[in-house]
Amino acid sequence: MTSGIYLDNNATTMVDAAVVEAMLPYFTEQFGNPSSMHQFGDKVGRALKKARKQVQSLLGAEHDSEIIFTSCGTESDSTAILSALKAQPERREIITTVVEHPAVLTLCEQLEKDGYTVHYLKVDNKGRLDMQAYQRLLSDKVAVVSVMWANNESGTLFPVEEMAEMARSAGVMFHTDAVQAVGKLPINLKDTSIDMLSLSGHKLHAPKGIGVLYLRRGVRFRPLLRGGHQERGRRAGTENAASIVALGKACEMAHEAMDFEKTFVKSMRDRLEQGILERVPHCFVTGDPGNRLPNTCNIAFEYIEGEAILLLLNKMGIAASSGSACTSGSLEPSHVMRAMDIPYTAAHGSVRFSFSRYNTMEEVERVIEAVPPIVEQLRKLSPYWADGGPVEEPEKAFAPTYA
Amino acid sequence: MWDYSEKVKEHFFDPRNAGAVDDANAVGDVGSLSCGDALRLTLKVDPDTETILDAGFQTFGCGSAIASSSALTEIIKGMHIDDALKVSNQDIADYLDGLPPEKMHCSVMGREALQAAVANYRGEEWSDDHEEGALICKCFAIDAVMIEETIRANNLRTVEEVTNYTKAGGGCSSCHEGIEEILTAVLAERGESFDPNAVAAEIKKPTSGLTNLQRMRRIEELLEEIRPNLQRDHGDVELIEVDGKYVYVKMTGACAGCQMAATTLGGIQQHLAEGLGEFIQVLPHEELARRAAGA
Ligand SMILES: Cc1ncc(COP(=O)(O)O)c(C=O)c1O
Repeated sequence: MTSGIYLDNNATTMVDAAVVEAMLPYFTEQFGNPSSMHQFGDKVGRALKKARKQVQSLLGAEHDSEIIFTSCGTESDSTAILSALKAQPERREIITTVVEHPAVLTLCEQLEKDGYTVHYLKVDNKGRLDMQAYQRLLSDKVAVVSVMWANNESGTLFPVEEMAEMARSAGVMFHTDAVQAVGKLPINLKDTSIDMLSLSGHKLHAPKGIGVLYLRRGVRFRPLLRGGHQERGRRAGTENAASIVALGKACEMAHEAMDFEKTFVKSMRDRLEQGILERVPHCFVTGDPGNRLPNTCNIAFEYIEGEAILLLLNKMGIAASSGSACTSGSLEPSHVMRAMDIPYTAAHGSVRFSFSRYNTMEEVERVIEAVPPIVEQLRKLSPYWADGGPVEEPEKAFAPTYA
Repeated sequence: MWDYSEKVKEHFFDPRNAGAVDDANAVGDVGSLSCGDALRLTLKVDPDTETILDAGFQTFGCGSAIASSSALTEIIKGMHIDDALKVSNQDIADYLDGLPPEKMHCSVMGREALQAAVANYRGEEWSDDHEEGALICKCFAIDAVMIEETIRANNLRTVEEVTNYTKAGGGCSSCHEGIEEILTAVLAERGESFDPNAVAAEIKKPTSGLTNLQRMRRIEELLEEIRPNLQRDHGDVELIEVDGKYVYVKMTGACAGCQMAATTLGGIQQHLAEGLGEFIQVLPHEELARRAAGA
């Protein structure tokens, strides 16, 4: 890896060298079209079959035909939700949550414009759902429930297995966006009632632009892309063979590293968190610390703004991300932080550190050293801060006229 | 990562005039709700000359908010307050060699802090009159509120008109869906519905400054100029009708039915447009009959 310290693995990950090696031949010698009848196609066809098995195994799916390769996590999410609506035209409602990724939220907003009713489950200040509110919404008018397994910003986990059971009892299809969960948590789909699941290769050390939709056998389905017979007619378009092979390899490696994720990756995360909380006053962990991904920590630094923190971290070679409005390009502060009702003086200063198994404890120590002076430097510029602490009653002492 | 200029980075990493001025006699506190940034500007104004002796800022905001604040204090130090009030947000952005469109509001916040501080110095109440909406057109940094208000004030109906009045949508065009949505909502307020096929109302402007008669004569003169060219190819052109920007002509002789007729019309059109200094369209006279029939 480069000399920088990469703690932004929820945004994307480095492609593992072994994964690159596995995929390279499929650009050159093994360039055939897997649908072709000759030897050039045949070998590629076999490689795809192997990759499908590797993905199946990581997900604990019952059949390899339940794995549909797509172009990304976003495509998998769209395919799942639109399929459920198309297959059940009499059902006009969707249940999802306020903290989903835009891949689900933006689609749902569009579906509302098209006349569907979308129920957005709220979260409490630790990012948790109200199961009773969910139960009350389940009815035969609902076409699909789409709830993420792990939140990309806070790492908070939703009880999707339980929610899938509840949906099944009510006769409602259940989809989960597991883009952040796959490879970081053990998953065994055959023991769950989950009907559809999305994953994205670039979050688990495979390349960008490859995804999977898991579709339980027997679940009614309508393709998003129709055309050739690829993926058994469920996702037409000549397969992205090299990336599929890469994803298979990455899934195999993630499977092997699962224990490492739970122990070592988690211990790096915990050390960073503890180190920062000890040294920096007026900061706190967002989300539900006891119930989250082992690799993610999201800390809100009060009275300063996230983009400024990122720019200074970047100057020191440290890469992280922020829920601040100013990093999104949309001017909107993070919908996840807002949903948890975090005061804006803290939400804007939220910084996400997300690990992978390629980080080291030595890097963690360097980040622990780097963060406190950066926070201090920015607080000196902040109107909410004076003489080494927040001004008294910050909201009153500094009450600007808002545009 | 934002595409920040070197100047922005310099003012962010090494801000000038950070912190409050000790014996300030003017304070301006402003914030931008849309992004949550906030800024306090403190000034020390000489009561006799009304020049700004010192300026300091405290900013809760992103890199460009801090850089804009730093730039503002550098610009206004030593200025008379009346001159300082003339500093626009564009001046602040220019001082920093430009800001990304999404970040222009950071420079707006700087200018507002200055207005608020001067009002405070003069013992006046300052209230902000501009409202900021979601950014729609990233090419020209135009927000939703601006588009809505312009649609309302001018009874606009099409994306093209919105572009003509606000510039929004005139660049990469990827915000056209967003503009259509705003049109749909604003038109619904007055009980109309958005029609994607509506043609933009012509913006009436006396293009060439000629009277109708002068313009007609000028068109004939211009046709005379190119007539020799056509006659050399054993053809000719006859002026049939002028209707606003449409000029109807009849091609005769070898030009009638010539495969090059369309190219020839194009050439005539260019000559007329250049000679008149306005946009016109030259059409075959058959078109006139068709349009009259309402087809
Ligand atoms: C939870 C979640 N869902 C969906 C996506 C989109 O995945 P992709 O970039 O492969 O379309 C992401 C990636 O940021 C994500 O974090």
